[in-house]
Amino acid sequence: MGEDSTTAEHEVKSSASTTIFSTFGKKDTKEIEIVKFDSVDYSHPSGVAALVNVSLSITRGEFVAVLGTNGAGKSTLVRHINGLLKPTHGTVSVFGESTRERTSAFLSRGVGMVFQNANNQLFAQTVRQELEFALKNFGFDRQTIQDRVEWALNTFSLKEYVDKPPMELSGGEKKRLCIALVLAWDPEILILDEPTVGQDYEQKALLGQIIMKLLGEGKTVMVVTHDVEFIWPLQPRVILMSQGRIIADGSSQEILGNPAVLSKGDVLPPQLVELSRLLGWKNYYPKDVFEAESRIIEQRYNIRVPDRKET
Amino acid sequence: MTSDEPLIRVKDLSFKYLGTTRRVLDSVNIEIFPKEIVLVAGHSGSGKSTLLRALNGLIPHHHAGDYEGSVVIDGLTVANTAMSELARKVGYIFQNPDNQIFMFTVERDIAFGLENLRVPPPEIRKSVDTIMDSLGIRHLALRPPHELSDGQKQRVAIAGVIAMRPKILILDEPTSLLDPFTASSMIGLVSDLRERFGMTILIVEHRLDLILRIVTRMIILDRGRVVFNDAPRAILSEVDVGRYGVTEPAIVRLAKLMGLGDNNIPIDPGSMAHRLELASS
Repeated sequence: MGEDSTTAEHEVKSSASTTIFSTFGKKDTKEIEIVKFDSVDYSHPSGVAALVNVSLSITRGEFVAVLGTNGAGKSTLVRHINGLLKPTHGTVSVFGESTRERTSAFLSRGVGMVFQNANNQLFAQTVRQELEFALKNFGFDRQTIQDRVEWALNTFSLKEYVDKPPMELSGGEKKRLCIALVLAWDPEILILDEPTVGQDYEQKALLGQIIMKLLGEGKTVMVVTHDVEFIWPLQPRVILMSQGRIIADGSSQEILGNPAVLSKGDVLPPQLVELSRLLGWKNYYPKDVFEAESRIIEQRYNIRVPDRKET
Repeated sequence: MTSDEPLIRVKDLSFKYLGTTRRVLDSVNIEIFPKEIVLVAGHSGSGKSTLLRALNGLIPHHHAGDYEGSVVIDGLTVANTAMSELARKVGYIFQNPDNQIFMFTVERDIAFGLENLRVPPPEIRKSVDTIMDSLGIRHLALRPPHELSDGQKQRVAIAGVIAMRPKILILDEPTSLLDPFTASSMIGLVSDLRERFGMTILIVEHRLDLILRIVTRMIILDRGRVVFNDAPRAILSEVDVGRYGVTEPAIVRLAKLMGLGDNNIPIDPGSMAHRLELASS
């Protein structure tokens, strides 16, 4: 979203009215491939290979978590989706179009990304201006901008900071502001890069609720994270990366429930998975403490608790 | 100093940053004894980082404001002691190691503090080598720090700080930028440091699951006040710490749900599995 040329601006402004995003949205929404990586390589200008032969397909409405150690290529991967990076080889397609054809400013209208480091995303004089900036850039009308800013301030408990400089906020609050400002322009795809860092329990609970709400609205959500405890109850699709490659791609049960696979990516399993394995449970690992409790009672009394999911 | 004298005594400490109206710390009273590993937890904005700064002298020497009460560390009153002298007692590890590493090579960075103290070069050499060995970074001695991974940088930052042999090590959200694997390793390292060098450790952390196994005491702050100050299990078994912004590990939540929330509350999968097996037999 940092392009300054007038053509880019014009492109972005007109994008608010007729865009591949809005027409995309009106199609019959079953099984639409919204993001596609086709044999993508990416090397940094210094020559270091950051993505190696990455292929993947994301369907509209999916919830995907990208896991792996620092340096595995997670952030590099998602930066290809909003066009901040373009592949060295291969193609990345978003909304059916190659990202090579579009500026990052244009793609951002449909692909909202919350950066890992909030300081890299905030630059306005006040919180209000921060929230308004993208909305103005994308050509929203005055009333909509006002409504969206109000919504953001309320939903993310930022009202008391509305006229303050973003730099005065604490680390966790800045993160919250970044999420708010991106959601304000209502992108089809939301990418969150390490959203739980520095967030306390309630902030994380709010984040979880927001993710579920967005998914319920048919949005596509991707989370780059280390926080397996945060995502485990949400049961996303999991893409595990290591050294620039995708080494596993499957359901939370398949990947996070498989310590052998996880250890290849240097990822630790969630506590409930570890407990399940210690207790000899197979097939299905409880996603939260309530399911775990049911399973324990079942096992102890040899009864079947109704409604337990089994794969 | 006998071992039942507190190493750190915070007495009626209140603080308001300059130009603000709200007390970020409000009549805080804490005593910390040698070799404790103390976790400081609470909401964002509860005063955790401010408390840490009051311990290493950044408050009041670097951050101006209304300061009431006192902080005494190993006999030195913080408000009356220069930061350079405090730095020898209290080592501070920032959340982001980039904020405290700045020399051209790893070993120069680690040696920096000692050089400032005019320690003779042969001694510096020996100290730096020993510390690099104990942190497993000897092989990185001549590398420029900015090329290193986050976990490696964190170790370099720690090395530089413990080279000064402080009695107290403060870590401000040390694992938040690390992946859990590296974080776990760093936590083992911290526990090791306490054993090896008899250090007292204070950690601010939001996530308990990785750190709980080494913590001897937990302090929870809420809007600048100390609301809980006790052994972790004692607090977790009685209190819904989620209300104070603290993320309870899944195992702890499960234990409470199942009525196993007593003083022996399991805090990790291993102890939970054990407890369940005992219960069913």
